[in-house]
Amino acid sequence: MKLTKTLLASTALTVASGMAFADGHMASEMTIVSWGGAYSNSQQKAYHDPYMEKTGINIINDESSPEGVAKMRAQAEAGNITWDLVDLEAADAIRVCDEGLAMEIDHDEVLAPAPDGTPASEDFGDMIVSDCFIPQIVFSTTFGYRTDQVADGVEPPKGACDVFDLETYPGKRGLNKQPIANLEWALLCDGVAYEDVYDVLETEEGQDRAFAKLDTIKDQTIFWSSAAEAIQLLADGEVFMSSTYNGRLFSAIEEQGQPIGMAWDWQMFDLDGWVVPADLPEDRLARVMDYLYFATDTQRLADQAKYISYGPARASSAPLVSTHAELGIDMAPHMPTEPSNAENTFVNNYTWWADYRDDLDSKFQAWLTQ
Amino acid sequence: MTDAAQDNGQMLAADGKPLKSSLNRALRRQKLRALALIAPLLIFVLITFIAPIADMLFRSVENQIVSDTLPRTTEALADWDGDTGEIPSPEVFKALYTDMFIAQERKLHTRLGSRLNYELTGISSLFRKSGRRVEDMGEVYQDQFEDLNDFWKDSETWNALMGSDAWLAEQAAWDETSDSRQPQFELREEIEGLLPQTAATFEIFADFVQNDDEDNLANEDPWALVYSALYDDLIVEPDISGYAGPGSAELLEAMAAVRSFETVDYPAAFEEVDEDWHSIPVWQTIQTYSPDFTSGYFLNSVDMKKSPDGPVIRPEDEQIYIKLFIRTLFMSLVITGSCILLGYPVAWLLANLPARTANLLMILVLLPFWTSLLVRTSAWKVMLQQQGVVNDTLVWLGLVADDSRLALINNQTGTIIAMTHILLPFMILPLYSVMKTIPPSYLRAAKSLGATNWTAFWRVYFPQSVPGIGAGSILVFILAIGYYITPELVGGTTGTFISNRIAYHISSSLNWGLAAALGAILLALVLALYWAYDKIVGIDNVKLGG
Repeated sequence: MKLTKTLLASTALTVASGMAFADGHMASEMTIVSWGGAYSNSQQKAYHDPYMEKTGINIINDESSPEGVAKMRAQAEAGNITWDLVDLEAADAIRVCDEGLAMEIDHDEVLAPAPDGTPASEDFGDMIVSDCFIPQIVFSTTFGYRTDQVADGVEPPKGACDVFDLETYPGKRGLNKQPIANLEWALLCDGVAYEDVYDVLETEEGQDRAFAKLDTIKDQTIFWSSAAEAIQLLADGEVFMSSTYNGRLFSAIEEQGQPIGMAWDWQMFDLDGWVVPADLPEDRLARVMDYLYFATDTQRLADQAKYISYGPARASSAPLVSTHAELGIDMAPHMPTEPSNAENTFVNNYTWWADYRDDLDSKFQAWLTQ
Repeated sequence: MTDAAQDNGQMLAADGKPLKSSLNRALRRQKLRALALIAPLLIFVLITFIAPIADMLFRSVENQIVSDTLPRTTEALADWDGDTGEIPSPEVFKALYTDMFIAQERKLHTRLGSRLNYELTGISSLFRKSGRRVEDMGEVYQDQFEDLNDFWKDSETWNALMGSDAWLAEQAAWDETSDSRQPQFELREEIEGLLPQTAATFEIFADFVQNDDEDNLANEDPWALVYSALYDDLIVEPDISGYAGPGSAELLEAMAAVRSFETVDYPAAFEEVDEDWHSIPVWQTIQTYSPDFTSGYFLNSVDMKKSPDGPVIRPEDEQIYIKLFIRTLFMSLVITGSCILLGYPVAWLLANLPARTANLLMILVLLPFWTSLLVRTSAWKVMLQQQGVVNDTLVWLGLVADDSRLALINNQTGTIIAMTHILLPFMILPLYSVMKTIPPSYLRAAKSLGATNWTAFWRVYFPQSVPGIGAGSILVFILAIGYYITPELVGGTTGTFISNRIAYHISSSLNWGLAAALGAILLALVLALYWAYDKIVGIDNVKLGG
């Protein structure tokens, strides 16, 4: 009898404790999803560390942003939202907002005004591309190449179109395992005018043309699925040149001293920022909002640029960008918006991609397997 | 006793009951007890393993999303025949407007767009675009009603017209700032008979405001959809003379006015959003996928698709799954073969060396088991890449020129090398335990009878080790066919398996139906191969030991 009682009691205890943890959220924890690597590192130093020190709340990093949309859908379908805040690209943010997976936000109410009192919505301006989106940075997808693998007497590559030039620059290339940017570059380098790229890409023939251009380098290309992988491929000398995000390249070149050079031509501008998953319980939502107010104010956004060369999304943060926190070098020449880097730039059409992402994703994946 | 036993030809037990049934009862009790003992495990496996798999596999035929999101459209579309080359009737477009309006309010239209996009690329963007524009489509009616009389502008007068007196009283008494729930909207009875469409739409609207948005109905103006429903109700001139409730005068006035209203041409309005709404394949896709269950996912996973005239094969540049299934089977066979080639001598050594040396070797075989799979795979990356250890050594030895280093990774070779290494212990262990039981005296006997080394091995030793090869091969092959992480990391584009595709559909494209269909086919394939193996080799010939 006694044994039974003990057994029952311990079972009850286990179940109870299991339930307490099943929620996955202790009273003072928050799960923030981001991209990992140098980027997460800059967020950790500029936002998370000071916030944790200030409030004592523990921030758990989840590096799932590359599958962010899919996992947010899956969590919503399962009715078990385990994420508190998700870092997504603008096009993805528009998608999750359309599908009701992310919460719509009144930017002026939730976010801090600029130091001079300008409301947040004006300070962020055009960067607020969706009601669910809280912009953080302007980044660009561009190319890095191995300086030690450029043959003698050959001019080093300047930008995206050199990736299609196998004659001058033989060797493997790295490209993102996603259609975004790759298809635009393929068309641009196939002679389509900048203004027409998305119009052409909307048509079946235009898509075939882009894939045909990519076909010319397909067997020389390694497709990466995370930015860190692209940097690894470059650092190992596995590829001659690879597309990746400019901040990652900055960290590999300046912080790690890798023999890598930047090829800025036709860099693709894009936005990145936060979305809050829809239907968070109230206590967790309150915690997230408190964090957001802190982490997106003028000073914090400017602080992030001390660790990685991405431009802050607030107009009021720009004058505060100074030097790298550890290396002490001036950050301005490494920013994608620096005039000498921005001779030919390409602005990602987020709304177009929000519409065509599903279509082109499935085509691109089928093309990869062919 | 003897009398009783012969009573009616039955043996009786001591208590006078038939022996057979008491025996049965005793046996049954025993069985129940045994069942109770394994019950925790059985229930555990059922709940955590079998049920989720069954649920997941069920998704491969499930297709309610289309008729749930577009109930009116699919119903109206049922009689349409695409072969005539004509687009559906205006009624269908009208239904589409209603369905689309409600779906975009509930934010369901993009999900359906993604679902149908699996069947016809382009539908996802079509639905997204239409969702954004559908709100303005019916505003023509809203504006005309509102211009006619301010009565139609106000949420309060709408509520008075549509809501029952009981609900209106409750609503008036409800304090918004209190914690109590807003009283649930209730329809005025007379209205339902007089204005059926308006009533139905308004109920959906009220339900959405109260339960989805959790807003106060008193502050929310009706959707444009409600106005177009009102127009549809009034244009047929229902007999509203008997109605004397709130708004009766305004209703009469509106009924007189609607005849001169500007109308909306829904087919044209949708064409303006996107001309694809006037393309036959889009409508055929919606029609083909209206039923609640579909074989579409299974057809997709064998490179076919549903069409109005039955299943057809996909165009060549869209065919990938059959190719992937064949590649998966072929590569699994190669991996199994190389495991046999590499594992057999090692197992023979293990079985024939003195115990101490054999134990040391055994630890070496087992060591990879205790290392994380990811670490082993990443180690192969370092070994095999072009600037990696293997290539560097070959270049240093002068076997390979520096500018033509071997491509050993991010292709099939990489997958085969890494997976052979990872699965090798699963081959060696059953081989070893079978070989351990073959007495060495057999070989000695064969040789003393005059057999050469080879004949002794081939005719005497090898046949006895075949059950070990069989067990090892089944283990390795079945593990290989469902392998995911290693091909993903080292396989590049040519060395990936069908399982990578399943994972892609599960976690990236979220086409869970297709993933489930592919998984079900893979499962059936393994079972079929197992069955064939049993028929050809015989499962009794498989031994995992002694």
